[in-house]
Amino acid sequence: MKNLFRSRMLWVALAVAAVAATLPWWLSAYVLGILTLAYYFGVFSMAWDLLFGFAGEVNFGPTFLIGLGAYTAAIIDANWGWSIPLCVIAGGLVALVGGLLLALPALRLRGPYFGLVTLVAVLLLQNSIVIFAGVTGGEIGMMVPDVMSVSAESNYWIALAFLVICAVLLFGLSRSALGLILQASGQDPTGAQALGFNVTRHKLVAFCVSAVFSGVAGAMLVFYQGTASVGTVIDIGVGVQIIIAAVLGGRRTILGAALGAIVLIVASEFLRPLGQLNTFVVAAVALAVILFFPDGLLGNLLKAKEQT
Amino acid sequence: MLWLQILIDGFAISSLYALGAIGFTLIFGVSGVLNLAHGGVMVVAALTGWALASHFGLGTWLGTLVGVLAGLVSAYVTWLLVVRPIQRSRAIPSEEKEIFVLTGTLLWGIMIQEGLAYLFSDNPVTMRPLISGVALIGGVRTPINEIMIAVLCWIVIGLLWLFVNRTRAGKALLAASMNPRGLTLLGFELSRVYFIAWTIYGVLAGVAGVLLASFLGVSTNNVGQLTASAFSIVVLGGLGSVSGSLMAAYVVGYLETLTAYLIAPTVRPLPALLLLVLVVYVRPQGFLGRR
Repeated sequence: MKNLFRSRMLWVALAVAAVAATLPWWLSAYVLGILTLAYYFGVFSMAWDLLFGFAGEVNFGPTFLIGLGAYTAAIIDANWGWSIPLCVIAGGLVALVGGLLLALPALRLRGPYFGLVTLVAVLLLQNSIVIFAGVTGGEIGMMVPDVMSVSAESNYWIALAFLVICAVLLFGLSRSALGLILQASGQDPTGAQALGFNVTRHKLVAFCVSAVFSGVAGAMLVFYQGTASVGTVIDIGVGVQIIIAAVLGGRRTILGAALGAIVLIVASEFLRPLGQLNTFVVAAVALAVILFFPDGLLGNLLKAKEQT
Repeated sequence: MLWLQILIDGFAISSLYALGAIGFTLIFGVSGVLNLAHGGVMVVAALTGWALASHFGLGTWLGTLVGVLAGLVSAYVTWLLVVRPIQRSRAIPSEEKEIFVLTGTLLWGIMIQEGLAYLFSDNPVTMRPLISGVALIGGVRTPINEIMIAVLCWIVIGLLWLFVNRTRAGKALLAASMNPRGLTLLGFELSRVYFIAWTIYGVLAGVAGVLLASFLGVSTNNVGQLTASAFSIVVLGGLGSVSGSLMAAYVVGYLETLTAYLIAPTVRPLPALLLLVLVVYVRPQGFLGRR
């Protein structure tokens, strides 16, 4: 815990968050909406970075967990009318179970197999949702009767608070003993095992944590947008955006992932006039980042500070 | 009668899947790269071939040839612009190189998809059949084009087998997939082997793409699905095993055809995906996988 509060990065981030909390007083509702979406994406990316940056496992299907959480919450709300917090919790729990089911066999595999399995999981979920369109609304998606709030400001503050809480929790986790063990497991599994740590169990824990955060964030996104659809929470394109955001921001920094997500979504908005080339440019920039600045924005910033 | 139709249709689509999957597994076996831009390469070949055949009026055969060439070029670009720079990058630690190559090829695939969609729109296109006409096989009306596609696929597979097993360069390729370091100790230049591997990959993916356009039609929306099918098949068959991919392609092709005919076309991809999940749980190295 002490490590957490000693971290300068965290205090800087909290200061930035405090400034961000004042934004609704001088930004339009449209811009607030974009930032709200970006904050939820930030949580997706941070959850992904915990798994990738630390446990070293590339999860090509973060949207599997997000989609599970989102659709569970949506279906429960639409059919049984539970209150929003209960639906969100349910979404997180189902995502946790899904994550366990996915991770238990997947973590036995080495190398590219793990990534492939996660990708297949997303495809399976996507196909299942399309096939059971009666319950899930298929490709068009489904509407949810309850929404958290209709005011752009309230939604913004909810999203910001959610992002800050998740950031503190995930960042704290990354700086804790568990985080260090995860880092060791990710970068040198043999060495970590030689020191007596159960690498598979730790990676499983990381996966579960990632799953819970992803699921809860997915559910909250549904109650923000009022709809759940394949295109917003499950599509592989969404997963790729999450990965790009995390790599762009700097892997293994957690906070960098949130930064990357915000930069990505805001940049996409600026590129909107390009129309269809929008995604192309984003992918091209991400590729360039991978080729020339693989440490990402925050990663390079931290490296620069280390060298001075 | 239905069974015969399923048999024939399944055979054609499986042969096509096999061609795509073999290229994918070859590149993985030789250079350890899971090319997630695979679908992109195929669609580039398909759309270029179509554009030249119809738009520029070059005719189907010439269009097909140029399409294959386009596939080859995009394979080279993928190697030289994306894969090799990442593999040689000094900024990326070596344990993470694989992951970065995966992400890089994924991004490149998206770039191809969106770039093509910008140039061609995402409407599906079909190439005119290479040979038009219908044949009667045991009472089932089959387009001659379909038969030709299956035959072409097998000719290419046969040529590949001949190359790998009977020529020196091909044997070097096989050796590189087993032990690259040992190969360099024998005096072979790995970069030349990689060049040959990517050339073969480009041709395989190009032919598969162009034939797919001729058989089922292709659009930029297929890019992701094509990559997904290829690696599902390859994982089923065993990463790195060409014969495994061949077997798995037929299993998946027939599973899909049976599903489409007997259950419903909408659930077509599902049984293959379920089989994949089962294999991953029970026998992750696939049918004939090595690792």
